[in-house]
Amino acid sequence: MSSLSATIQNVFNEPGCGKNANKSEAERKKGCTKQLQPGGAAGGCAFDGAKIALQPITDVAHLVHGPIACEGNSWDNRGAASSSSNIWRTGFTTDINETDIVFGGEKRLYKAIKEIIDKYDPPAVFVYQTCVPAMTGDDINAVCKAASKKFGKPVIPVNAPGFVGPKNLGNKLAGEALLDYVIGTEEPDYTTPYDLNIIGEYNLSGELWQIKPLFDELGIRILSTISGDGKYREVAYSHRARAAMMVCSKAMINVARKMEERYGIPFFEGSFYGIEDSSDSLREIARMLVDRGAPDDLIGRTDVVIAREEAKAWAAIEPYKPRFKGKKVLLITGGVKSWSVVAALQEAGLELVGTSVKKSTKEDKERIKELMGQDVHMIEDMTPREMYKMLKDAQADIMLSGGRSQFIALKAGMPWLDINQERHHAYMGYVGMVALVRQIDKALYNPVWEQVRKPAPWDDPAENWQNKAIAQMDIEAAELAADPVRAEAARRARNICNCKVVDLGTIEDAIHDHGLTTVQGVKDHTSASGGCGTCSERVQGVLDAMLAMPAALAAE
Amino acid sequence: MVAITTSKKACAVNPLKMSQPIGGALAFMGLRGAMPLLHGSQGCTSFGLVLFVRHFKEAIPLQTTAMSEVATVLGGFENVEQAILNIHKRTKPEIIGICSTGVTETKGDDVEGYIKLVRQKHPELENFPIVYVSTPDFKDAFQDGWGKTVARMIEVLVEVPAHLARRDPQRVNVLPGCHMTPGDLDELRTMIEDFGLKPSFLPDLAGSLDGHIPDEFTPTTIGGIGVEEVASMGQAGWTIAIGEQMRRAAEALQAKTSVPYRLFNRLCGLGPNDAFIMFLAEISGRPVPVKYRRQRGQLVDAMLDGHFHIGGRKLAIGAEPDLLFDVSSMLQEMGAQIVVAITTTQSPVLGLVVTDDVLIGDLEDLEMLAKERGGDLLITHSHGRQAAERLQIPFFRMGLPMFDRLGAGHLVSVGYRGTRDLIFSISNLLIADAEEHHKPTPDTWRITNAELPDTRIGVEAA
Ligand code: SF4
Repeated sequence: MSSLSATIQNVFNEPGCGKNANKSEAERKKGCTKQLQPGGAAGGCAFDGAKIALQPITDVAHLVHGPIACEGNSWDNRGAASSSSNIWRTGFTTDINETDIVFGGEKRLYKAIKEIIDKYDPPAVFVYQTCVPAMTGDDINAVCKAASKKFGKPVIPVNAPGFVGPKNLGNKLAGEALLDYVIGTEEPDYTTPYDLNIIGEYNLSGELWQIKPLFDELGIRILSTISGDGKYREVAYSHRARAAMMVCSKAMINVARKMEERYGIPFFEGSFYGIEDSSDSLREIARMLVDRGAPDDLIGRTDVVIAREEAKAWAAIEPYKPRFKGKKVLLITGGVKSWSVVAALQEAGLELVGTSVKKSTKEDKERIKELMGQDVHMIEDMTPREMYKMLKDAQADIMLSGGRSQFIALKAGMPWLDINQERHHAYMGYVGMVALVRQIDKALYNPVWEQVRKPAPWDDPAENWQNKAIAQMDIEAAELAADPVRAEAARRARNICNCKVVDLGTIEDAIHDHGLTTVQGVKDHTSASGGCGTCSERVQGVLDAMLAMPAALAAE
Repeated sequence: MVAITTSKKACAVNPLKMSQPIGGALAFMGLRGAMPLLHGSQGCTSFGLVLFVRHFKEAIPLQTTAMSEVATVLGGFENVEQAILNIHKRTKPEIIGICSTGVTETKGDDVEGYIKLVRQKHPELENFPIVYVSTPDFKDAFQDGWGKTVARMIEVLVEVPAHLARRDPQRVNVLPGCHMTPGDLDELRTMIEDFGLKPSFLPDLAGSLDGHIPDEFTPTTIGGIGVEEVASMGQAGWTIAIGEQMRRAAEALQAKTSVPYRLFNRLCGLGPNDAFIMFLAEISGRPVPVKYRRQRGQLVDAMLDGHFHIGGRKLAIGAEPDLLFDVSSMLQEMGAQIVVAITTTQSPVLGLVVTDDVLIGDLEDLEMLAKERGGDLLITHSHGRQAAERLQIPFFRMGLPMFDRLGAGHLVSVGYRGTRDLIFSISNLLIADAEEHHKPTPDTWRITNAELPDTRIGVEAA
């Protein structure tokens, strides 16, 4: 366990993470792990995150050491696509029982590895640790080492038992396993000056293949993707690439940064969601490869391809403009968190609501990303009734989101498009953006909405449940308005920090009683913004409002 | 004699089984205003949530005590307390149902003790309904978790009737196993009501997860049976239990309230429904409505039409014991041969399956044995899709999870009518398969060259 906690500390110290750089020493130690709220949380565990990150390596056997819950309830449920092997979709688990808990499960694990190698002969076996064997003290590192020696095959321990933290920590721990045991252990047959790694991309719905033809055309070779449609050997020799692109999410920043440190492979953070981001990324890749010694005509050739693809994409989107005129999109996204998607949707004539986006300029980019991030958080905390009211108030024509808001939207008769990780459509690159626009059009103009919104012939429209819910909320609001005492109580009861459940009143009192002036001060007194930290802006807002108040009023 | 064996493998490949706690959580979802809560790390809940969302295509209420690594060592009192308080405050449920997991069972958390303490510390929770059930992941399977949870609900929530004479002979309790879909429950309700009886289903997924548009927005379950109705189950004349997994719950109810029970271990097929209908007629004192006389005739007709396609089929089935026994028996009665039967956990009904051996194993076993024994009809849950692709035999999805087809909640197999429709669905699948893959060609019956006599003149035989 001690080595695992060291690894976790190490991951938290990630200097490549922008968020981290702004944190104090003590804060950094605590890591990005938000303190979970019992009875108010339902994210995936670290094991889940590790498996998401590595399972797209398609020719490897992924063996889960634990009780049936970890693998039995979840296997073969991801949308990553493979161009060849299917062994990654096979669910392998030791399914430990009471005896293994009492006497230890190491023997069973060793036998399980042997069975897999005998029957399936994969190039490597990845072994995932889970909570129960971690508690009983099964040493998977030792078992993997012994098995590797005995069977002459890489057997890689992935030490990310669920209870050490959330999914994103698991992503990083998976990256550490690759760095420790896989990357740099094999050599490619040959190299080229155009060898590129793509890190943190999982090939969901095969979206990598929306980009790959462009690379092929430019002669850029994807030496290795970590890990979408990956093969064990490709990951093992990925240290020979000339440059790397880290796909937007910070999931595997530790891999990108450490590969730069160890093997001198420079990387940049980019995205293939949206037209402009795709072009920026292609340009950056060309520039980096040329920097590392590729012939410099690559830059010119890339520009030609970009110009052609952009023109094609805009031309394909053009016909939708009149159809999208006046249509409003409510965009709440955890998956496609790209400013450039917003820009492209606006360009297609859609109006974005709910993220308080006007016409976005490049400077707004970071801000919009943040706003979208916050809304995700907000919506997770909403009751379904509030969510419905928000949809109504936004007067949106369609909602783009992931997760549990789906059923609220659909049951409220609102067109909805899935843009989370389990989506069935690929939205990457130029063709992907056009596909997204086409899907929106399909959803918006489907005649089914008119059908499902029709009330039953025996229903009184005023009495329908949606209207009743809204009416009830309006009554509550009116009652509040008429009753200043209750209104004040309601105002103060509004949650500011969702992780730690700290309401506005508590924060105002703390600011007032202790004369606080900084977010840090508020955190020290109330622990607000001490979780995931996204609410620190809101806390700042409260501070600003209080400080602006005349002293006499505030003293009341 | 059926040989019942357990797989000797160290590594389960392509699991058929799912864990106990989520079976328990699903049972709680059949209560009105419920919030199921898994006492364990957050990941276990997240996986369960995704599984049910993909199966039912509904928002699913499920919470976690979010045990961290440190909390698992120190014990989970604070997490249980906080979770209960938070849920109580934020979602205002009518009941909280708690299932333990592998993590908290390994440590040995005394959750019953915790709940007592929580009630002491927070008087507002003194009479708030909370049911706890122990369901470690490393033991038993999904249907066991369901069965145990229903039994616990009865032990905790049902009131001992003060006056035995106050029994309402028209009331019947129905305890359905987890192999009953919301559609099955609707069918059963109709049948029971047609005899003038008033059924109380525990749990009642038909009210909560049947895909209806809700009348209100709530974060807890919508529909389902109310706590007060469960409390009054001791006033019923009879209890009907469906599936062997419900015996424990039926016995608990009988022990507490002395309401007698009758257990139907199957409700798919002609014989089981004859028995069921006659039982309803008997306890209601009413004649069998014409409707069911007609439906029985339709089923008999469907069996005659379907036996041409189902007869002689070699069935390879993977399912939890009650579902396996129910469906395989019905097909066996129409001439199918059960060549492979794979299940998840021990059960007395396994001995009643008409086959040589039943294996407690996984989908790898199902696939390999189906290949070895020439299976030509595969029935299991959606995870069988990979095996079906490789085996190239017709595949009918039954059980949970069913994430890659629509209408999982409305697949009906009970009653004359449900059985009739199931026979049609399976037969049609077999007909389509025959048309697609087994059309005769000039080569279908060709004898290989080596077998043919050489009749050529003037050519030396090789
Ligand atoms: S939290 Fe632990 S026990 Fe639960 S699914 Fe994740 S690894 Fe398995």
